[in-house]
Amino acid sequence: MTQPLLSLRGLTVDFVTRSGTVNVLDDVAFDIGLGEIVGIIGESGSGKSVTAYSVMGILDRAARIRTGEILFDGTDVLRMSRAARDRWRGKDAAIVFQNPRTALNPIRTVGDQIADVMARHTPASAAELRARTVAALKQVRAPDPERRMHAYPFELSGGLCQRVGIAIALACAPRLLIADEPTTGLDVTTQAVVMDLIRSLARSRALSVALITHDLALAAEYCDRLVIMHAGHVVEVAPTARIVAAARHPYTARLLRSVPAQVASIGELQAIEGALPDLRRRDLPPCRFAERCDRRRPACDAGRLVPQAVAPGHTVACRNPL
Amino acid sequence: MTALLEARGLTKYYPLRRPGPFAPRQQLRAVDGVDLTIVPGEAVGLVGESGCGKSTLARLVCRLLDPTAGTLRLNGTEISTLSASAFARSAARRQIQMVFQDPTESLNPRFPVFELIADPIRRLLPREGRAALRARVAAAAAAVNLPPELIDRFPHQLSGGQKARVGIARAIAVGPQLLVLDEPTSALDVSVQATVLQLLDRLRRERGIALLFVSHDLNVVRLLCDRIVVMYLGQVVESGPAAAVYAAPAHPYARALLSAIPSLTPREQARTRLDGDPQSPIGAPLDRCRFCGRCPEEQPECGRRAPALRPLDAERQVRCHFAR
Ligand SMILES: Nc1ncnc2c1ncn2[C@@H]1O[C@H](COP(=O)(O)OP(=O)(O)OP(=O)(O)O)[C@@H](O)[C@H]1O
Ligand SMILES: Nc1ncnc2c1ncn2[C@@H]1O[C@H](COP(=O)(O)OP(=O)(O)O)[C@@H](O)[C@H]1O
Ligand code: SF4
Ligand code: SF4
Ligand SMILES: [Mg+2]
Ligand SMILES: [Mg+2]
Repeated sequence: MTQPLLSLRGLTVDFVTRSGTVNVLDDVAFDIGLGEIVGIIGESGSGKSVTAYSVMGILDRAARIRTGEILFDGTDVLRMSRAARDRWRGKDAAIVFQNPRTALNPIRTVGDQIADVMARHTPASAAELRARTVAALKQVRAPDPERRMHAYPFELSGGLCQRVGIAIALACAPRLLIADEPTTGLDVTTQAVVMDLIRSLARSRALSVALITHDLALAAEYCDRLVIMHAGHVVEVAPTARIVAAARHPYTARLLRSVPAQVASIGELQAIEGALPDLRRRDLPPCRFAERCDRRRPACDAGRLVPQAVAPGHTVACRNPL
Repeated sequence: MTALLEARGLTKYYPLRRPGPFAPRQQLRAVDGVDLTIVPGEAVGLVGESGCGKSTLARLVCRLLDPTAGTLRLNGTEISTLSASAFARSAARRQIQMVFQDPTESLNPRFPVFELIADPIRRLLPREGRAALRARVAAAAAAVNLPPELIDRFPHQLSGGQKARVGIARAIAVGPQLLVLDEPTSALDVSVQATVLQLLDRLRRERGIALLFVSHDLNVVRLLCDRIVVMYLGQVVESGPAAAVYAAPAHPYARALLSAIPSLTPREQARTRLDGDPQSPIGAPLDRCRFCGRCPEEQPECGRRAPALRPLDAERQVRCHFAR
């Protein structure tokens, strides 16, 4: 990896709910290098979005960051003043949300929403903003941008809304882009255009990207490294090719066997039995995959589980790895 | 075999707001003259670029939208002449059921699972006693492997996969012949998706329910569907047996689409990148191929004459002057 732009250290986040405290992130740590694309993979509820929201500082009010550091260029953003954090978010870091339609304002045209972000970043004349809005829509391959900028979100297909969201995120030329399932709902050719655009920004402008997705094939195609999460733990981190060819964590291996791209017939697909454990439980085992794992042995339950390096750049949190 | 569903020239134009008070009123051609036949028990995959009209076509087929033109026959009976609201009350309604993309958005959060599944039964089947209703709900829940203890829960107390199963249980509870599914698994994890796909495949084999399956995941379509229909800008550009189309797509857009499927392992063939912008669905010229400007194989002829959908062999159709 190149020099890290973003480093998460020991990030532990709880949600206070009526039915108890939920520990949704436990000691999460990974880096994203300058110009690097890192995939964050895991089933829903594993804490991918909470990780993203923690970095952006847009967590729900019920969230409590218990411990941890989020270093951006060496500075802990968790220690910034609120105003400084807001400035940072407007300028250096941007996010593309999982659900584009709900992320957009339903009663403002998409062009106005893009222009708002641009105006906040660098004020300009109305004509200039208009031209830049059209350019931003062109960049994400929205057809007929001069007309589409006047559309309201409900008038656009799901895929177009998503591209508008990406245009908004890129409008302030950030150094860090967090893309939370950015191409879910896009066809593969448009997905390729959007991902190629993100990759070219990573290569040419050293944009660092966290790509949150449950599409392993997509991640394999675009990410330099993958971070595999399960129930609030980072279970495996490795360069993409190593994950695909030589995953060591049982969960990663099971995930790979449920991918449609990997099989020839529907009968070969293998779902992972069981579900994520209830994160309100006080008696969670040290390995949160233990209750779903066919490689569990007594050592798995003995004390805190710490990720171990199994090869350069490849760490696994498992006491009986493959 | 007689067709279960037969669409001819199905068309939907959306009127647009005028850009200015004196500007002419324009229309967006979302679906433009689509022919589609589905035979009983068949699984048809509908794929294409985002915005090409897949959801609009799916909603037309379910009669949730009124077509601008075209005919739609269900078991030989014309159903497009009924208004969407008259159709909703007709006996044919229960034969076509739709499963929506996002189970979280499509399930009413205020009702427990039992009521969610009972609702279409009450609306679409003849009235029957409480015990019979309970039995139907239980049978639908069992058919999608929904554990009985979940029957009194509310949607927010269910996982994504469980919600997806409730959506499918609702749809099959009234015994439809055709399920129309608009990206039913795109919000699901791969692992949960695997279970839902196997469930759909089983419903089709055991009950002979036909599927019209809209999806962006071409790997999923390959596994689930017998036939694939590729749309581009409101029109069908290629259709045929899935195996044959995947092995050798005939239309240049279908080729680009299939070559862009992401893969865990390095791809064998280079991806066909689609450069340029798609034409606008608003007021695009009708006398040329809609893929002009992006087609890697474009010829001068393509800008002068719009290709018609024509048979390529007994089972395949393609809309391109030069495809063979
Ligand atoms: N209510 C509406 N008013 C105006 N235009 C609409 C409306 N609904 C859809 N459209 C337009 O019709 C076209 C087809 O939309 P549709 O939702 O069918 O696309 P889709 O193929 O399902 O796309 P996606 O893959 O992104 O879901 C798009 O250009 C869309 O913007
Ligand atoms: N506002 C909230 N209140 C309580 N729990 C929450 C809240 N937001 C998320 N969670 C919980 O945090 C965990 C991780 O959620 P999330 O990061 O959204 O998962 P992912 O993005 O990986 O699907 C889940 O168990 C989820 O239920
Ligand atoms: S630590 Fe043990 S239970 Fe956990 S994944 Fe590894 S082998 Fe399985
Ligand atoms: S008719 Fe011409 S432009 Fe259209 S798909 Fe065929 S080769 Fe391409
Ligand atoms: Mg999420
Ligand atoms: Mg759609």
